Amino acid sequence: MTVTSTPLSTTPPIDPVRQAPASAKKKLTSSWASLAAVLLAVLWTLPTFGLGISSLRPERAIKTTGWWTFFSDPTVTLDNYRAVLSAEGSEGLGSFFVNSFVITIPSVIIPLCLASLAAYAFAWINFPGRNVLFVGVFALQIVPIQVTLIPLLTLYVKMGIAGSFWTIWLSHSIFALPLAIFLLHNFMKEIPAGLLEAARMDGAGHVQIFFRVLLPLLTPALAAFGIFQFLWVWNDLLVALTFAGGGNAVAPITVALANLTGTRGTAWHLLSAGAFVSIIVPVTVFLLLQRYFVRGLLAGGLKG
Amino acid sequence: MNTAGKLLLMASAVLLFLAVVGVILFVAGRFSGRRSDRRVAFLYLAPALALLAVGLVYPAARTIYQSFFDAAGETFIGVDNYRTIFTSSDQLTVLRNTVLWVLVTPFVATGVGLLYAILVDKARLESFAKALIFLPMSISFVGASIIWKFIYEYRPDQAGVKQIGLLNQVIVWAHGTPQQWLVSPPWNTLFLILVMIWIQAGFAMTVLSAAIKAIPDDVVEAARLDGVTALGMFRFVTLPSIRPAVVVVLTTIGIGTLKVFDIVRTMTGGQFDTSVVANEFYSQSFRSGNEGLGAALAVLLFVLVVPIVVYNVRQLRAAEAR
Repeated sequence: MTVTSTPLSTTPPIDPVRQAPASAKKKLTSSWASLAAVLLAVLWTLPTFGLGISSLRPERAIKTTGWWTFFSDPTVTLDNYRAVLSAEGSEGLGSFFVNSFVITIPSVIIPLCLASLAAYAFAWINFPGRNVLFVGVFALQIVPIQVTLIPLLTLYVKMGIAGSFWTIWLSHSIFALPLAIFLLHNFMKEIPAGLLEAARMDGAGHVQIFFRVLLPLLTPALAAFGIFQFLWVWNDLLVALTFAGGGNAVAPITVALANLTGTRGTAWHLLSAGAFVSIIVPVTVFLLLQRYFVRGLLAGGLKG
Repeated sequence: MNTAGKLLLMASAVLLFLAVVGVILFVAGRFSGRRSDRRVAFLYLAPALALLAVGLVYPAARTIYQSFFDAAGETFIGVDNYRTIFTSSDQLTVLRNTVLWVLVTPFVATGVGLLYAILVDKARLESFAKALIFLPMSISFVGASIIWKFIYEYRPDQAGVKQIGLLNQVIVWAHGTPQQWLVSPPWNTLFLILVMIWIQAGFAMTVLSAAIKAIPDDVVEAARLDGVTALGMFRFVTLPSIRPAVVVVLTTIGIGTLKVFDIVRTMTGGQFDTSVVANEFYSQSFRSGNEGLGAALAVLLFVLVVPIVVYNVRQLRAAEAR
């Protein structure tokens, strides 16, 4: 499809003695392989790198020349970042960043709390209809959020909370619940029953078992889901666009950036710096917590 | 509302929900006796199930119902909205684009991801090399669209006017004529798809790399002793071993692609015949005020997703059973 004609190398020789006869050929294929890998890596990194350079150039320069001219004519300025981060100025995106944080944090904590309780009930309490209910919750992961938006908006208007943070918190929490319950349930099920039995023998009730036995063991699952949900909400456009509107009262940074791209005579300097700042948060989260991130991502592939 | 007010509101919302959980746990702790289990289960499940019923089940049913009504949502018109989707030329373009997205994105992204996973497997700096490809995955679709706008940007081809988009500059360096990449269909859709591929290849690479590392060493060693070439190794050892993972990656990216909205909306706004079902749903529902057609498009999305999800879940089970 792309560069598949490049020879595929497998493992580089580990044992030089046994691999000796093939080593010349191996070296050749592996240097082609390295070249292809480096080429792909450069192709994948260059777009983001260009944006980073652009965000440091003066407004006029961004609008008249490409970012690569930076290397022949380097002028660095932080004006774009200053403009983007100020909460007061007319073109500042600062308040949208605050909104992004204000939206994201409860949207992670609320579903985590509610889902842990539900997952515990599904995993460790016997009650009639448990399996049917659980399969029902699992199946809800299929529902695309588009199907729910308009009736939800109508409900919010009736409740008188339209256009407030509550609509976004509630929506993100609701959309996250099926996945969160499913993930945490699977994780809780894997904890050996003997541990719970022992706690029960000691006279611990459901509440003590939940806090003393399960919660400490659940940390990786909570982290995996928490990070996935954090990035999902931080990067979301559709939910915010539907429920928050475009004003800077509650709209997050994604909405502000999307609106900026739509305007005529594109504000490239604000776009570049704004996009870069909005990217830094999830990238930092990713770099710090890569391990959990991949796990959550894999589990959350069906969401949305 | 100022920043402090917002933060205060946020803190109180979190505290409110923690208090709800606290009350539930407190009440649950008081229950005892033979039938206490049922009551505890009910208490634990009530908030989540109530939210799901009101926020997911009811709205979905409502939207399906609404899809049989006209633009204002008042007159019953049967399947006319669905007929529109499959007959009007605008909507057919939307369907064609969606098909293009769903066919191209998963296969190319998975191909690139797989190739890269094999190339860097056990190489020096492997985790760094992987992080480079994976990074786009953590960027928002809006952010990615802005990044690629800087690549596709077009400036009129006149003396004294310099290109600021990288792609057109490369064309100029090669003595070609700069193009308006996002304007002429159907190629513009392919350029949008490229953005999605850029994002998703990292996901494919990560999952497939883990699958490749799970192939037992003795299998690889035995094949090598038999003198299998690199290409043969891929064809007869690697690919069969990671087949379930490949299917999971393909379907997962397929589902995400089917619902793609942010990229189209941010880069072209659905103009120049680039709209897809998820974007058309938004435009019809919130821009054109055609609630019925919007609802029908959302239902269509739902119907299209179901078979892929079912297949995906089955494959995931098969992959885990190994």
